[in-house]
Amino acid sequence: VLNRRCVEAAVMTGLALNCSINKKSLFDRKHYFYADLPAGYQITQQRVPIAVNGSLSYSLCIDNKMSQMVTKTVRIKQIQLEQDSGKSLHDDTRSQTLVDLNRAGVGLMEVVMEPDMCCGEEAAAAVRELQLILQTLGSSQAVMAEGQLRVDANVSVHHPGEPYGVRTEVKNINSIRFLAKAIDYEIQRQIEELEKGGTILNETRAFDSKLGCTVPMRDKEGKQDYRFMPEPNLPPLILYDAKSLPANVNHQQVVNIDWIHERLPDLPSVKRAKLVERYGILPEHSFTLLNEDGLTEYFENVVKQTQMKPKKVIGWILNDLLSYLKQHSLTVKESPVSSFLLADLLNLLEKKEISSTAAKQVLAELWKGEGKTPLEIVKEKKLEVIQNQKELEQICQAVIDGQENEVMAIKAGNQKVLNKLIGLVQRQTQGRSNPVLVKQLLEKKLS
Amino acid sequence: AALSGGLRFQVSKALREGRVTPTDLCQKCLSLIKSTRFLNAYITVAEETALKQAEESEERYRRGQPLGVLDGIPIAVKDNFNTAGIETTCASNMLKGYISPYNATVVQKLLDQGAVLLGKTNLDEFAMGSGSTDGVFGPVRNPWSYSRQYKEKSVPKSHSEDEESNWVITGGSSGGSAAAVSSFTCFAALGSDTGGSTRNPAAHCGVVGLKPTYGLISRHGLIPLVNSMDVPGILTRCVDDAAVVLGSLAGHDPKDSTTIQDNFKPFELSDLTDVSKLSIGIPKEYHAPGLSSEILALWSKATDLFKNAGAKVIEVSLPHTRYSIVCYHVLCTAEVASNMARFDGLEYGHRSDMNNSTESMYAATRREGFNGVVRGRILSGNYFLLKQNYENYFVKAQKVRRLIASDFVKVFGSGVDILLTPTTLSDAVPYMEFIKEDNRTRSAQDDILTQAANMAGLPAINVPSALSERGLPVGLQFIGQSFQEKQLLTVAKWFEKQVKFPMIQLEVKRHDHGAFQHEKSASFS
Repeated sequence: VLNRRCVEAAVMTGLALNCSINKKSLFDRKHYFYADLPAGYQITQQRVPIAVNGSLSYSLCIDNKMSQMVTKTVRIKQIQLEQDSGKSLHDDTRSQTLVDLNRAGVGLMEVVMEPDMCCGEEAAAAVRELQLILQTLGSSQAVMAEGQLRVDANVSVHHPGEPYGVRTEVKNINSIRFLAKAIDYEIQRQIEELEKGGTILNETRAFDSKLGCTVPMRDKEGKQDYRFMPEPNLPPLILYDAKSLPANVNHQQVVNIDWIHERLPDLPSVKRAKLVERYGILPEHSFTLLNEDGLTEYFENVVKQTQMKPKKVIGWILNDLLSYLKQHSLTVKESPVSSFLLADLLNLLEKKEISSTAAKQVLAELWKGEGKTPLEIVKEKKLEVIQNQKELEQICQAVIDGQENEVMAIKAGNQKVLNKLIGLVQRQTQGRSNPVLVKQLLEKKLS
Repeated sequence: AALSGGLRFQVSKALREGRVTPTDLCQKCLSLIKSTRFLNAYITVAEETALKQAEESEERYRRGQPLGVLDGIPIAVKDNFNTAGIETTCASNMLKGYISPYNATVVQKLLDQGAVLLGKTNLDEFAMGSGSTDGVFGPVRNPWSYSRQYKEKSVPKSHSEDEESNWVITGGSSGGSAAAVSSFTCFAALGSDTGGSTRNPAAHCGVVGLKPTYGLISRHGLIPLVNSMDVPGILTRCVDDAAVVLGSLAGHDPKDSTTIQDNFKPFELSDLTDVSKLSIGIPKEYHAPGLSSEILALWSKATDLFKNAGAKVIEVSLPHTRYSIVCYHVLCTAEVASNMARFDGLEYGHRSDMNNSTESMYAATRREGFNGVVRGRILSGNYFLLKQNYENYFVKAQKVRRLIASDFVKVFGSGVDILLTPTTLSDAVPYMEFIKEDNRTRSAQDDILTQAANMAGLPAINVPSALSERGLPVGLQFIGQSFQEKQLLTVAKWFEKQVKFPMIQLEVKRHDHGAFQHEKSASFS
């Protein structure tokens, strides 16, 4: 019996990937014997799948700095519904295979891409974007480590202008990072093999994550004939749209493509564009925000609670918060510094009650998660900006008095040296001086 | 619901009026099963659970709250339907000892109506065959072999020969169910019909065998032979009973996506008085080679019966009939190969001791578990499904199937209401003669008159019509239009009334049952 939710998920995914949804699709049996396939066949859609001819756009950084992004597209050949098999666990020590049938029969969506990508990085970016789309739609949680998203890579090489070479299929890839590695290794392996005059076999290889290479999988004894046959127990799947929907129909029995289309949530690309427009951040910033689970929400919460401009907030989010989380392998949800606390801190900075150097010190304290507020830390460590102008003037004067050479250089016209004096004042004040004010005072004194 | 409907059910009426109790009925049937054990109609007799069900039914009658017409009625089920807690073997080593955790939908429906499940009946292994001779529990014997009618007509070859070597087959593959109904051990039985497996044994055993329209009754829990042709079949002693059972089984099942969504309304059969508006079609291609002259004469007599009563009787043509055997062979074996793939010894059923490797275990398990008939069909089916053969065999056969089905559409579209044909080529043959030919040859011969209805998904019914010269039953078949069971059964009932088929005079050694056959409760109608 067909699972309605699977059909809806496939339609949603097809629409999100710009596919044509086939209003009539068929189910087939694919026969082979294996311990994890209890029926001796898998139900799939070999003849007419549910969706075809779509596209997936993804972005890459040209260099490593995330400062220049380029958009690429990979064509989607089709999406088909099929059954999952059970799971086989090989126990080589006892020469046994253990079979777990719990997931046998569960619905799967197979998304088949055309060979439009040229390297591991492109594939990784494409799959990452697909992952985000699936999570946004709710079709799948798409966590590779949990087997919710499984990726097999088909790799071939050819000289420009020549037809595509023989491809190998690489399986056993458990993360996006390994996907890129596996593909790049395989490309390299094939090139080396061909350059020494060898040939590429149309085979299946497994990625060995420990060694970082691909190895041939157990030989499958020549090509398998799956003896495809139409699945007799599942009638053709008919989908409707607003135009073709018959009157007086039981809504529980039909799937309406238009109805689903109207209810599609904002896809990642739309979400990113909205973030850029609303907050004035850079496109590459929006990628990072979406790539980290919960980060967009965190960012927006901070923006709501502070007067600091989003353009400035983003720096604190991406540079300070995110790098700390990464260093300690924490997720956004596990952050010891809540958006409320960070907003609080940024407000102090925005009101110029502390300098940015001081703010970084406060943040370092906040990471300890001892429950102190930013204000408490500022008071405790005496990090307030010096408000007393007289005090500041005295310090400036002292620095000027102590740096005769630099003073002469400035008076001679070398303005850059002024920064050194500002730095010295900062050091004297242990970062508690407002650099703009310091500059003004020094200039006044030196004029 | 049928209780208030005014249908005439003799035994049901007797139960309601307290003239007989469900436990009485159940015990009588169980006892008769024991004394007719030589028929080998039952693989499993569920004595304890049946008595318990009978007791529960009795309690309901006592409170005046029976569930319906079927409450307390003993029934039997062919052993390829899953029954929770009761062994389901399909007469195969592969499933010997297999106890299913669930009831097939049709079984559940009958139990929900209060029917008493006496046991599981014998069949050809995995329903492959037309004799009920090729199961691992041995062949089923036709109760008519032990009837006075047959004995009177048979010429013993020598003094020492007796019924032991002269007995005739039931036909198949639902032979056990047909024999069970025919020998009065139950009031109705479930069979299955893929190429004629309910109608064929019904004809040979002198009972009513109904093949419903494909999609009317759920196949959930019926271990599949050919998913696109299988239907649960109904075997009873009269047409009215078949209508009652149909009423309790038909309707959409969410667990079977091939059942139609439309609401099914159970119907009562009215007594047809005027057949003048009826148009009966006689397909000329069903005058098949090998059709016995007896049956030909019977068929002719039947058409005269309709003509004389004022019905319109016309000869029609179903030109693609002659391709149906080959077409059936390809499609049936292909589906069999697919459906049998699940029997690998890992999850349930027989598992071989061979454990050098998974593959060797599969091979040994399947060789040990399946008989030659099953293995032969699997090999053929796999051949037809090979990539290089798929277009030429499977797809071609599907196209021919469409042509066969269209033949019927055209004929019915031209104004014909019902088709009348023989059900079998001859009366039941003796077992010793039957086994001289192999299963495949026999099936090809015997299915010719019945399997086109499976190809087209049409409803069809065997009505016992007369006794042959050898004193054995011969039946005739009515084929109706899709989902027009009411019309089909109405005509069948009229015909049944006209022919007055004689009751079997079963001579069973324990004579306390001699009187049983004369009870009014021979049928529940």
